[in-house]
Amino acid sequence: MINEMKKTILNIFTVTALAAVTFSSCRKDILDRTSLYPALKPSNLDLTADTWKPVLVTDFSTLNVAAPDALTSPAYVADLNEIKGLQKNLSSDQQSKIQYWSAGSVLRWNEILRELVAKHNIPPYQNPDGTYPAPNSANPFNYPEFPFSNPPYAARAYAYVSAAQYDALVAAWHFKNVYKRTAPYKNDSGIKALIPASELPSYPSEDAVVSGATSEIMKLLFPADIAYIQQKVDEERLYRIASGANTRGEFAAGESLGRQVAAVFATRARGDGAGKAGGTPAIWKNFETITAAKGEQFWVSLETPKRPPMLPLFSKVVPFLFDTTTVAAIRPPAPYATNSPEFKKETEEVLSFSKDHSRDHEELVAFWADGAGTYTPTGHWNAIAADEFVKQNYSEVRWARNFALLNMAQMDAAIVCWDTKYFYFNQRPSQANPNIKTLTGVPNFPAYTSGHSNFSGSAATVLTYLLPDRGSKFTDMAHAAAMSRLYGGIHYRSDCEVGLVTGNKVGQYAVNRGKTDGADAK
Amino acid sequence: MKFMSLYFYRCCIVVSFLMAVAQCAKAQTDADALMIPKNYFCAAAVYSHGSWDHYWEGTFKRDNQNLGTVSTNVYSLGGNYGLSNRINLLFMVPYVTTNASAGTLRGEKSFQDLSVSFKWMAVKEEIGSGLFSVHAIATGILPLANYQADFLPLSVGLHSKSAALRALLNYQTGRFFVAGSGQYIRRDNITIDRTSYYTTEMHYTNEVQLPNATNFMFSSGYRSLKFNAEATFTKVTSTSGFDIRKNDMPFPSNRMNSTAVGLILKYSFQSVSGLEFTAGGNYVLDGRNVGQTRTGYAGVYYVFSTKKEK
Repeated sequence: MINEMKKTILNIFTVTALAAVTFSSCRKDILDRTSLYPALKPSNLDLTADTWKPVLVTDFSTLNVAAPDALTSPAYVADLNEIKGLQKNLSSDQQSKIQYWSAGSVLRWNEILRELVAKHNIPPYQNPDGTYPAPNSANPFNYPEFPFSNPPYAARAYAYVSAAQYDALVAAWHFKNVYKRTAPYKNDSGIKALIPASELPSYPSEDAVVSGATSEIMKLLFPADIAYIQQKVDEERLYRIASGANTRGEFAAGESLGRQVAAVFATRARGDGAGKAGGTPAIWKNFETITAAKGEQFWVSLETPKRPPMLPLFSKVVPFLFDTTTVAAIRPPAPYATNSPEFKKETEEVLSFSKDHSRDHEELVAFWADGAGTYTPTGHWNAIAADEFVKQNYSEVRWARNFALLNMAQMDAAIVCWDTKYFYFNQRPSQANPNIKTLTGVPNFPAYTSGHSNFSGSAATVLTYLLPDRGSKFTDMAHAAAMSRLYGGIHYRSDCEVGLVTGNKVGQYAVNRGKTDGADAK
Repeated sequence: MKFMSLYFYRCCIVVSFLMAVAQCAKAQTDADALMIPKNYFCAAAVYSHGSWDHYWEGTFKRDNQNLGTVSTNVYSLGGNYGLSNRINLLFMVPYVTTNASAGTLRGEKSFQDLSVSFKWMAVKEEIGSGLFSVHAIATGILPLANYQADFLPLSVGLHSKSAALRALLNYQTGRFFVAGSGQYIRRDNITIDRTSYYTTEMHYTNEVQLPNATNFMFSSGYRSLKFNAEATFTKVTSTSGFDIRKNDMPFPSNRMNSTAVGLILKYSFQSVSGLEFTAGGNYVLDGRNVGQTRTGYAGVYYVFSTKKEK
C-alpha cells in the first residue's frame, strides 16, 4: 500500500517535471528591432557639409578647436597605444557596445532622448488639497520630477537636440576639412577598424561632437538624468577608441566642440519662453472669460480634481522656422460655434465612434495614442523616421540635418497648434456630451485643433520631401494618426482635418529651409 | 489606471471556475479536490461581479476619481466531465464586460479566454480516520477573441496563451476538510497594438513578455452531500514584472500580486436531483499593481449521468 503510494507520487513528480521542462523550454526572449540596425556606412561622406547652412551658429571662428597633435607627437602615439591595448582584450560587453553604437551617433542619441521623454511623460499626482504640483527645474529630483515631458515639452526637446547636433556636425565638418587628420587605423597598421573604414577626416570625432552637444543641451532638458547621460557619453567614447575609429584626443576635441555649439542653443532655450509656458491661475481664468465673451462654451478640464490646462503659453515660445507673427498668421479660422448645427453634427459623429467597438479602430487608436508614459507623438515620428533613415546610409551630418528639419517642424507645429487651442479654447467632445466615452485618455487641453494632426501633418510633409520615393506612405500615416483621434472619441473631425492642413503648412517651412540649406545640392 | 482587471477577472475566473465548477456535486474546480465520477457531466453557469475603487501603484495604495469604481462582470458557461473516476476534464468560457464609473474611458466587452483543465486524482488513501488525496491539475488557457490587452484596467484580459500546473493535497475527516495547493502559471508573450513601449526602459517591439506567476491556496471547511461551506486564502505572485509608477498607466507586464480571502457556499436541492446552487465571494486584502477587488458570484450546476440508465 505504502509502496504503491510512493510509486504514484514518483509518477506525479516525473510527469510534473516533464511538463515543467516543456514549459520553460519555450523561450520568451524578444528581439528589439533597433538592435538589428547595421553599422553605419555612409553612401556619401558629404565632405562639403561645412558649406551647409547652420541653424544658429553663424561663424565658425567663434568656436575653438585646437590643431590636433602631430602624428609623431608622444601624445598621439600614446593615444594609438591605448587603442591597441583595448583591442587586444575586448570583452564581449565592449564588443556589443561597439555593435550598438556603430549604427550611428545621431540615431542612438535620438533613441536615448526618446527614452527619457517616455520616462518623464507622466502627469503629476495631485496634492491632498486637490491642486497639482508643478515640476521645478531648480529641484529636478523632488516630486514631481522635472520635467513632465508632455507633447509640447517633448517636441521642443527633440528640436533643440536635433538642431544642436546638426550645427555641431556642420562645424565639425568645417574643422575636419581644415585639419584633414586621417583615422587611427590608417596611420598605424597595428590598429584594426572594427567599424566600416571611412575616408572622412577623424579630427574632431563626429560621434564626440554629437555626444558633447547632446549631453550639454540635455543638462537643461533632463537635469535629473545627467548621470545616466554621462554614462552614455563614456560608453560612446570607449566605443570610438576601442573600435579604432578615433583617438582619445579626437574624441575630446569633438566633445568640446559639441558642448560649445550646444551652449549657443542652451542660451536660446533659456530665453525662448518655454519656462513660462505653464501660465498662472489668472491667465487660465482669462481664457474662460474671453471665450465666454464670444458666446462660446469654454474648455473645462475633464480630470478630477480639475487639472490646469497643459502649457497654455507654449504658443509664445519662439519658433525655429519663422517669426512669432507667422504663428498668428497661419492660425486656422474658428471652430464650429457651440450652437451651430455643424457642431451638433460633429459631436454626434464622435458619439457614434465612441460606441463603435470595431477592433480596427481600437488598434489604430492604440497605435497612435502616444499618451502618458510614451515618447509622445513627435517621438513616434522620430521613431518612424529613424527606421527609414537607417535604410538610407546617410552620413552623420545628413542624419542630423534631416532630424533637425523634422523636429524643428514638429516643435513649430506644436507652437502653432497651442496658439490655436488657446486662442479658441473650445471644449472636448466628452465635455459637450458626457455620453461620449473614449478609447484613450482625453488630453488635458482644448480640442481645436488636434495636436496629433498638427505634428503628423508637419512630419509627413518633411519626410515626404526627404524621401520622395516613399510616395504617399507618410501622408497616409499622418491621416491615420489624425483620424485615430476621432475614432478614439477625443476629437471632432474638423480638429483632425484642419490640424493636418496647418501641420502641412508648418512642415512646408522646413521643406523650404531644406531646399536652400545646401544639403540638397548634388 | 487599468491594471487590475487582469487580476480581477483572473480572480473571477479562478473564483468562478473554482467555485463554479468546484462545487458541482462531487465535482470541482481546478483548485479543489472534488471529483466527478466517470461518465457524469456537470454543467455550470456562473455570474460574477467584481469591483474596486482603490488600487496599488507598486505599493502605493490610492483611489482615482478619473476611474471611480472599476467593475467587471463575468458570465461563464462551463462544465466538468468524468473521463474516469480519477480523471476529470473541466472547461470554462467567460464573457467579460468592464466599466469605470467615473472619467471618460470606455469599458470593454468580449469573450475572454477558454480554459481547459485535466484534473487527476493521483493518490487516494485512508489515513487515520480520514481520506487523504493528491491531485495534479494541468490547465491551458487560450484567448477566444482578439480583444485588446493593452487597455488596462478596462481590458477584459491579458490575451495570453498560458499553461498552469497545480499540485493539490486534500485531507477530509468526517465532514471537515483542509486543502492546500501550489500552482505555477506560465504566460506566453503577447502582441500589443503599438510598436514600442516603456517599462523601466524603452522597448522597440510590439511583443510583451508577461510575468509568470505562482498561486498558493489554502482552504478549509465543511462538506456534506447537501451543503458545502469553505473558506479560502489565496496568494498570487508574479515572478517578474515592474511597478506602475506614480500616476502612470498600468501595463500588462506589471508585477501583479494579490492576497485574497474568500468564501464558497454550495447547496444541493433535494427536490431536483443533480441541481445545485452556489454562491460566494472574494476580497483582496493586499496587492501590488492590482485593484482591491471584491468579487461576488452565484451560479447553478446541473449534474447528470451521460449513460442511459445505470
